[in-house]
Amino acid sequence: MNKISEILSEDVSGILAEWISLQRNDEGNSLSISEDEVVSQSTDFLKLFAKAVESGKNDITDPAWDETLSMLREVALYRAQRGLKPAESAKFVLSLKEALFSRLLKTKKSESLLKDLWSVTLCVDNLGLYVMSIFIEKREDIIERQQEELLEVSTPVVELWEGVLALPVIGTLDSARAQVVMEGLLEAIVQFEAKIAIIDITGVPAVDTQTAQHLLKTVTAAELMGAECFVSGVRPQIAQTIVQLGLDLGGMQTKGSLMSAFQQSLRQLGLSIQKISL
Amino acid sequence: MQSNIPILKLGDYLLVTIQMDVHDRAALQLQDDLTAEISKRGSKGVLIDISTLEVVDTFMGRVLSDTAAMAKVLDAETVVVGMRPAVAITLVELGLSLPGVVTALNLERGMELLTQRLGRKVNG
Repeated sequence: MNKISEILSEDVSGILAEWISLQRNDEGNSLSISEDEVVSQSTDFLKLFAKAVESGKNDITDPAWDETLSMLREVALYRAQRGLKPAESAKFVLSLKEALFSRLLKTKKSESLLKDLWSVTLCVDNLGLYVMSIFIEKREDIIERQQEELLEVSTPVVELWEGVLALPVIGTLDSARAQVVMEGLLEAIVQFEAKIAIIDITGVPAVDTQTAQHLLKTVTAAELMGAECFVSGVRPQIAQTIVQLGLDLGGMQTKGSLMSAFQQSLRQLGLSIQKISL
Repeated sequence: MQSNIPILKLGDYLLVTIQMDVHDRAALQLQDDLTAEISKRGSKGVLIDISTLEVVDTFMGRVLSDTAAMAKVLDAETVVVGMRPAVAITLVELGLSLPGVVTALNLERGMELLTQRLGRKVNG
């Protein structure tokens, strides 16, 4: 690593310029971060990198590398947040290799060249891997948060009429969703003092044994709370699947559309819709 | 021995409010008292209020089913009222749907339901 340290101290600005131009070449023009940011990130990083190399430690888990890593972490997080592609973030570090190699090749002591190249490769690759792991970590955070949001957003309970609730289920009804749906519906039954609840499954792409099980549980729970339950929005394909799978829907009252379920609800409440003459 | 669970007369109906965990003894006592009360007064409807119960287990579920069935034999309709959402979820997860038990959201709804059902019975 001493050779790298030498090279770095000899021509920092040259390496920096070459590195930055390499990043630009590889990444094209479609970057969602500005040129200035690339330059300032690169400059800061190279400074810290040179300092870490100077310590003579080759292993990036060594405390001498802490500062470099935390800087790199920030860069990776920033890029992940801006929606850059993983490869673009990895290039940030990996393109440094080429800039260093070209300098190393110019030095004349060729007997230790291979060794030097190897140590640079190892070190920069490790940094590259580090960037990737941070990048993916951040992405996973974002995905997880979005999933949670989706779970909350996708289960609204609406009051169609005094005492009539509708719960449009959109998307696949898995165990976690089913739990949220059930809780939401039961709370709403108490809140609105509902007599009838309509679960609309128009937005459910497919019904399998598990989905049917969840629906049945929800209906049973609502009935235990003293509300009558309809399942509406059963599409022809779903009706076929249910029969082909031999699913027992028990006492579940199913309706083809939300409209027919609503009409039935009004009838049950002793109400009817009349046309008024204007 | 005095029952822990009071049975109140509410118009034509009987009201049982279960406020704590019911053990074997109390359950038997309740069924004893309730059947005696129904036959004495000739009540046509029983309301069992469980709105203060936070936990309903398999035993409690059976007590409710059995009690409703007993009342039925004596020609009285039973409505279980005031079940909490958490309780309903637990029961469903346990696979209990309280067969033969009619439920209502709250006491008021329960009385409406009884009136409706009994009225229908008289008329038709």
